[in-house]
Amino acid sequence: MILVNTETIPGFRIVRLCGLAQGNTIRAKNIGRDIGAGFKNIVGGEIRAYTELMTEARTEATQRMVAQAQQMGANAVVNVRFTTSQVAGAAAELYAYGTAVVVEQDAPNAPSQPPAAQGW
Amino acid sequence: MELLLPLGVTLLLLLIGGLAGTITEQRHLQDLAAREAALGHMSLTDLKSLPPGMTADAGVLVSGNVVIASDYLKQVRIGLRGIVGGEVRSYRTVMDRARREARLRMLAEAAAMGSSTVINIRLTTTDVGRGTTEVICYGTAVRTPSAARAVW
Repeated sequence: MILVNTETIPGFRIVRLCGLAQGNTIRAKNIGRDIGAGFKNIVGGEIRAYTELMTEARTEATQRMVAQAQQMGANAVVNVRFTTSQVAGAAAELYAYGTAVVVEQDAPNAPSQPPAAQGW
Repeated sequence: MELLLPLGVTLLLLLIGGLAGTITEQRHLQDLAAREAALGHMSLTDLKSLPPGMTADAGVLVSGNVVIASDYLKQVRIGLRGIVGGEVRSYRTVMDRARREARLRMLAEAAAMGSSTVINIRLTTTDVGRGTTEVICYGTAVRTPSAARAVW
């Protein structure tokens, strides 16, 4: 499944709109990480534990969005957007949404299948 | 006498925070400069299209994120600034570093796929509690058949 944050995919043509696909996840930090973060708040700098937490959250939210798009019969999601917010004081929500579409290759001498998600 | 202990602790935290924070910041700024030089061949834009005459035959979503905290001294400065109002200059470097870091991580992901151009880049900033801020930078990495570097 191709994901892009533009409205069109270079080299492909949108043939059908399937609707809005979305995915979200709410991650709470555990106490151990919180104490580490409290210490980091004194010395400053990147809080790697939280960065990893938010990266995992983003991956999970994206996967849920892709799953919903697949259910709609789409093979790509365009105009993907991410938003993060703090909820309930100790947790962060990451929400990913985009438009699920069916695309076809545009170039005349290109393969008929879109490339795999992790590469071109 | 009773006030001396909390005052002493606060001063100690300020000292540790200020020192460690400054060292961390300087090191991070040097690291950022080095990595930006290494990825200097990448083009990026927040436009949704490539320059006229240039075509791409594939696009993939790439992103980078970072969660950053400011040190104790900066937080005290923000608190003090909150009394009189105005610009919090000491925090500008924190946000700038976070954005540069997130952008570099996104560019690194694009470079690892063999792309040299990322379009439609977006940055979002959020407070994730306890004075920490998360910055996500995401965009579409495109593959240009001519392998020419896009220049806007």
